[in-house]
Amino acid sequence: MSILSTRKADKIDSLAEGGTSLAMDALRRTFRSPVAILGLVIVGLFVILAIISPFIAPKDPYRPYPELKSELTPSNIPGPMPGFLLGSDQNGYDFFSRLLVGAQQTLFVGVFATLIGVAIGMIIGGLAGAFGGWVDSVLMRLTDIMLSIPSLLLAISIAALLPGSQWTVIIAVAMIGVPVFARLLRGAMMAQRSSDHVLAATALGVKRKTIVFRHMLPNSIGPVIVQATLTLATAIIDAAALSFLGLGDSDWRRAEWGLMLGNAQELLSVKPSLAFFPAIAIIIVALGFTLLGESMRESLDPKNRR
Amino acid sequence: MALLDVRDLSVVFKRKGTRPFTAVDGVSFSVEPGQTVGLVGESGSGKSVTSLAIMGLLPKRGAEVGGSVTFSGTELLTLSDKQLRDRRGRDLGMVFQDPLSSLNPVITIGLQITEVLERHRGMSRKEARVEAAELLDRVGLPDPGRRIDEYPHQLSGGMRQRVLIAIALACRPKLLIADEPTTALDVTIQAQILSLLSELVSETDTALIMITHDLGVVAGLCDDVNVMYGGRIVERAQRHDLFDRSRHPYTHGLLQSIPRLDAPRGEPLTPIRGSVSDNIEWEQGCAFAPRCPNATDVCWSDPPELKADDGRMLRCHNPVAIGDAVTEGAL
Repeated sequence: MSILSTRKADKIDSLAEGGTSLAMDALRRTFRSPVAILGLVIVGLFVILAIISPFIAPKDPYRPYPELKSELTPSNIPGPMPGFLLGSDQNGYDFFSRLLVGAQQTLFVGVFATLIGVAIGMIIGGLAGAFGGWVDSVLMRLTDIMLSIPSLLLAISIAALLPGSQWTVIIAVAMIGVPVFARLLRGAMMAQRSSDHVLAATALGVKRKTIVFRHMLPNSIGPVIVQATLTLATAIIDAAALSFLGLGDSDWRRAEWGLMLGNAQELLSVKPSLAFFPAIAIIIVALGFTLLGESMRESLDPKNRR
Repeated sequence: MALLDVRDLSVVFKRKGTRPFTAVDGVSFSVEPGQTVGLVGESGSGKSVTSLAIMGLLPKRGAEVGGSVTFSGTELLTLSDKQLRDRRGRDLGMVFQDPLSSLNPVITIGLQITEVLERHRGMSRKEARVEAAELLDRVGLPDPGRRIDEYPHQLSGGMRQRVLIAIALACRPKLLIADEPTTALDVTIQAQILSLLSELVSETDTALIMITHDLGVVAGLCDDVNVMYGGRIVERAQRHDLFDRSRHPYTHGLLQSIPRLDAPRGEPLTPIRGSVSDNIEWEQGCAFAPRCPNATDVCWSDPPELKADDGRMLRCHNPVAIGDAVTEGAL
């Protein structure tokens, strides 16, 4: 589409809707692409599943069933049977129900790991960007140090130091994101510092606090939101990796895809589907967040405005 | 007493590893209350830096500001950050060149006006909103009641510049600095914005410093005109004197390089040869000498002083002879 006709369309849109913010505009542009819609559908289904899975799970995921348990031997794990769509897991629990409920636990880990990472990263990056000077230098060297450690190694070290619980996984994974978010926000705010509208606000005598919170921060947050979406995908994978390495949750009963995958590793020859389904679920969800995040990034990039 | 008195202002940019660069060098001028003063020059002549120095907007590190800037008796250059912030927007307003990038894209224009009113005039959010709508009406923004809740990207270039003017004049400053306010606009809008500016300024008795490279803008608006070259003022005159009898070869060249409607068809324009990068240092001689048609040996070796000459100030060894000038009517 030519620039002219898009402008016209935008104008008509904006006339019809009254006030549309730049963010809304970007969102509208995002969902013109089929890739973004696919990402959104995957993420949407995943979130809905996470919310309703405890109610739609056919069986209790946290209880062994005698009809499964009776057939369970070290070399044989029962496959599908009436009432148990995917059969048993290694403990005589209903595998299908656990897989459904796993969405909730996995989303929980992913979202909290990302949120904590964003929060700490934004505090560091925001301080660096708002004050500049030596504050910036000190904080950025700190994030450089964090960035210089390979991300999974960093998570493993933290997970190894803390007692094995779900929050350990969350915090360990969150730390991977901290330096990334810090740098991102700092960079965006640095660009804002020298922007015309911040200069104009300064020329109006607007207070520094107002300049930071009203003029710099809201204009710098876009890339952070996009990165957070992308990080949700890697957070879920990283959490799974920690669980797989046995550094995750010590509660083996918890239905979380990473944990289920980790616990299934010795049983690959007995019942491969125990590893296969959680793995596929993780891949699809990670793909969904990545597609969504990437298309958001593209639509927010002024060079890609169509 | 003059409202603004700039004395011997100099700005030197210093960066590690590079030679210090003198952007503004001994600039002096004054602005009376209600007066409109032009600051004219091409890119790199130091006119914008002069305005930023007056507002105290140059970065603390890297830019060394010397001389003095007195605003109704107060020295601005030695004020603390906080004192300066209290004056900016209230006593001194500024309109920038690019109206789109000078507005915050993520908040409504209403909020950008009320923010200043709340800050400097102690208004409540509600009072400020009413006042903001009035201001928008006064700068000729159609349908201000609705526009007030719109975002900058929903406005046209001319409307944005009107908003910026409304913001700058919100607290009725005594001095407004307009840094190329019409450069980013197309010609028809330029004229509207200029007449709006001059109307508002004379209505409120605000002094105006008009920074521009466009002599047409100066011709329509300014009482006094300062022509800058290479960081120094090379000629200062009243508007009519400048246009009728420009004496400095640079001013003369600028006027001659403008297309004239009354010139015979096909007559070539006379550009000023070379570019700013050809300058020599003022310490050596006249910075304009390499590009000057009148340059003689003395121009290359002896820096000219700014001297009073026939009702104007002139920094030139070989000024253009009187009677050899362009008429204002041509513009």
